[in-house]
Amino acid sequence: MSKQYLIKDGRVVDPANKINDIFDILISDGKIEKTGKNLNIKSGETIDAKGKIVAPGFIDMHVHLREPGREDEETVRTGSRAAVHGGFTSILCMPNTDPAIDNPAVVKNLKDIIAKDAVCNVFIAGAVTEGRTGKKLTDFDNLKSAGVIALSDDGSPTPDSMIDEALKRSMKAGLLLTEHCEVPRLSQGGVMNKGFISTKLGLKGISAQSEYEAVKRNIDIAEKLSARIHIAHVSCKESVEFIRQAKKKGVQVTTETAPHYFALSEECCATYDTNTKINPPLRSMADVDAIKAGLADGTIDVIATDHAPHTDSEKDVEFDYAPFGKIGLESALPVSVMELVDKKILSWDELIKKLSANPAKILGVPGGRLSKGDPADITIIDPDKEYILKKDIIESKSKNSPFIGWKVKGRISTVFVKGTIVMKDEIML
Amino acid sequence: MTFKEKTKILDKDDIDRSLQRIAHEIVEKIKATEEIAIIGIKNRGAYLGQRLAEKIGKITGSKIPVGALDITLYRDDLTEASSQPIVHATEINFDIEGKKIILVDDVLYTGRTIRCALDALIDFGRPAQIQLAVLVDRGHRELPIRADYVGKNVPTSLKEVVEVKLSETEGKDEVVLCEKDR
Amino acid sequence: MAEKKIVWTKKDLLGLEYLSKEEIELILYTAGSFKEVTTRQIKKVPALRGKTVVNLFYEPSTRTRTSFELAAKRLSADVVNIEIETSSVRKGETLIDTGRNIEALKIDIIVVRHNCSGAPMILARNVQARVVNAGDGWHEHPTQALLDMFTLKSKLGRIEDLKVSIIGDIAHSRVARSNIWGLTKLGAKVTVCAPKLLVPEGIEKMGVKVTTDISEALEGADAINVLRMQFERDGAMAFPSKLEYFKQYGITAERLSKCKKDIVVMHPGPINRGVEMSSEVADGKNSVILEQVTNGIAVRMAVLYLVAHTKEAA
Repeated sequence: MSKQYLIKDGRVVDPANKINDIFDILISDGKIEKTGKNLNIKSGETIDAKGKIVAPGFIDMHVHLREPGREDEETVRTGSRAAVHGGFTSILCMPNTDPAIDNPAVVKNLKDIIAKDAVCNVFIAGAVTEGRTGKKLTDFDNLKSAGVIALSDDGSPTPDSMIDEALKRSMKAGLLLTEHCEVPRLSQGGVMNKGFISTKLGLKGISAQSEYEAVKRNIDIAEKLSARIHIAHVSCKESVEFIRQAKKKGVQVTTETAPHYFALSEECCATYDTNTKINPPLRSMADVDAIKAGLADGTIDVIATDHAPHTDSEKDVEFDYAPFGKIGLESALPVSVMELVDKKILSWDELIKKLSANPAKILGVPGGRLSKGDPADITIIDPDKEYILKKDIIESKSKNSPFIGWKVKGRISTVFVKGTIVMKDEIML
Repeated sequence: MTFKEKTKILDKDDIDRSLQRIAHEIVEKIKATEEIAIIGIKNRGAYLGQRLAEKIGKITGSKIPVGALDITLYRDDLTEASSQPIVHATEINFDIEGKKIILVDDVLYTGRTIRCALDALIDFGRPAQIQLAVLVDRGHRELPIRADYVGKNVPTSLKEVVEVKLSETEGKDEVVLCEKDR
Repeated sequence: MAEKKIVWTKKDLLGLEYLSKEEIELILYTAGSFKEVTTRQIKKVPALRGKTVVNLFYEPSTRTRTSFELAAKRLSADVVNIEIETSSVRKGETLIDTGRNIEALKIDIIVVRHNCSGAPMILARNVQARVVNAGDGWHEHPTQALLDMFTLKSKLGRIEDLKVSIIGDIAHSRVARSNIWGLTKLGAKVTVCAPKLLVPEGIEKMGVKVTTDISEALEGADAINVLRMQFERDGAMAFPSKLEYFKQYGITAERLSKCKKDIVVMHPGPINRGVEMSSEVADGKNSVILEQVTNGIAVRMAVLYLVAHTKEAA
């Protein structure tokens, strides 16, 4: 019988249950026992959540854990710790590891590591093609039996020649296909958004077209096959508009964006800081506004970090040679508070929905909600806490983020995963 | 750092008479006047050199070659300078080979500027002789350098500054002794 | 210029985008003083005596490297040349490690040429030594633009209000970008002329007129800067053929005859005769190409001098 906990006096924001009020939450046996006013417990621990927001644990649909293969960048252990530190109690890890997660043996191996090392829930996405080389589809049914809950070749798009078949089979297997939208022919060699800034900096550009053309392809296929598809890391205004129109037509398309697409723009690349080298790239201010509008009107369902750790030695090189990507688990909440809540783009309800309720629904995983009987995956947030996002408080093994050193607002203070406290008052246990 | 004027050492006429006297001294000392060339050290030395050359020219009845030397590139104290000196161009349009050069500067103090000027001149060629003419010698030499022709000897303390004003640069001719203000 | 209190406060020279009008004018003025040095019998001044300048070249370039080497030597500095084979460095030492290792030899200035845009900036923020950009990718080639402007100023007396046209592969040209920054900051009216595919996105936002028509670019121009045309780029042909390019954009005596009589013709070199311009024009009376080379030494001496004697910004 595991310990009982009482979270007292917090503002419970549970959009799935339309709750936004001061409530106490009783946790028992790893599950949510009761939500009410003036609750008490006889034995167990009471957590004072006065002045704080109590939300369902965040769910990140897009994380790169790097294990197996690149344990120097991140491991299941360090990545899951980073997740909890950022308020995420569940993450979906991408299959671009080494070896890629393209067969049941690799899935089993990873599941064993997760069971041993992970401090949060880790779900696995399997590769669409063998080795992610885009040549032969993997066995989706076998992957599902082994335990994957979604499919992606992320890092790369599913090739034109295979997307039809891939989508059909994913539907049959009951697995969500999340697509990295890029037309390699158009983006090849590019390192930042194509535009005036890339001209000024003398860098090869990645056009918005290389993304929205792929988004359009995916929407059209989903529509044709009446299938479900999820668009990963949307970054430009045209993509947002295509998705908006598709949803109006009833196409089963969902999408996510990452905090860097609504907090940063291509101007940030001016100093050749390789932590601003991301794929899809940071875009123009007009695109940033479109992403914010897409979040506000519900076109964009989810905020997912695309957490992509790289070591200092990999990133401390010429802009052209640096790998793409930045970490994101530990900056997501404060950046979202500053750029969305404080700027009145989203209310707290809406933000929590994008971080927990919606991803839970799209992935079909438990969580995202604080109903009785739900696993006690809970994130307690100090919404007004201001601090410097210093390098030494980052749990992730890698520190590649342009947000490091920023003065930020909004800090995760306590996190429960399946009814166990993993972080208490900002300290990882 | 500001300066407080204490006394006037030379006025317009004094300066003119000093230059006139120096011109005569040069002509007396250097018999072969056709070999004389004047090189003034920028900034004020160059203007004084110009005036000196004209005066000598009137005495000898010939045109004396005149040049201006920028010694910024030869200074050994650039890192100590409180402001970064601008490099101006040197203008010496004649061959100094075999000439009897009169270097001209406004104030002779530590002697370091003159040392720089000698280094610079030797990079231009091999004169027969280099002599030094200054308007004011204020003492406190740090190197074994002396002037051959002096307008006025003015003993000074290290707290004092000799300020030379010329019509070409400040709009009037005078030399004043100033004291460094706290 | 004499009494103007403009002081050089920058540790590095990374590009003309980052300089003010006054700082550019200071460099040009200082270069004028150094030009005089280059006409002397003994072309040496002790201004950088005891200082060490390293030419760190990731891209081969005999002319720029030689120019910097001579400039440093005429300032009495010690010079070391390091040429890095790009393919081997990918497997070996990183740029920052190389920079730090060079710095450990107690050197003062690193002159770096690199095929990646931004490399000098990345190097500069990781070493204490001064960094001078000798050309980075498509980004900037500040000393080339400075010597171009110095040459223009010495021929035409000013930069302000001059009509200057830059002709050629603008998209991939660091010379073009640096020239655009420098010329516009000093008040010139700049036009860029290139085949449509070689006009980079948004270039008009740098304050230039854009045209694909050579006659429009030449009309009324006081000076033209003709860029080197590269025909093999990323394995693809950027233009149908050399002959085709010459027909549409080559500077010929005939095209020049319709221009201002004293139009100044510049080229950063080396010239592809019969492609960017005819031999007749390259060797003709309007061409200042060789003067550019001579002026390059004075300009680079000025840059090395100023950067070596940087004053901390007040």
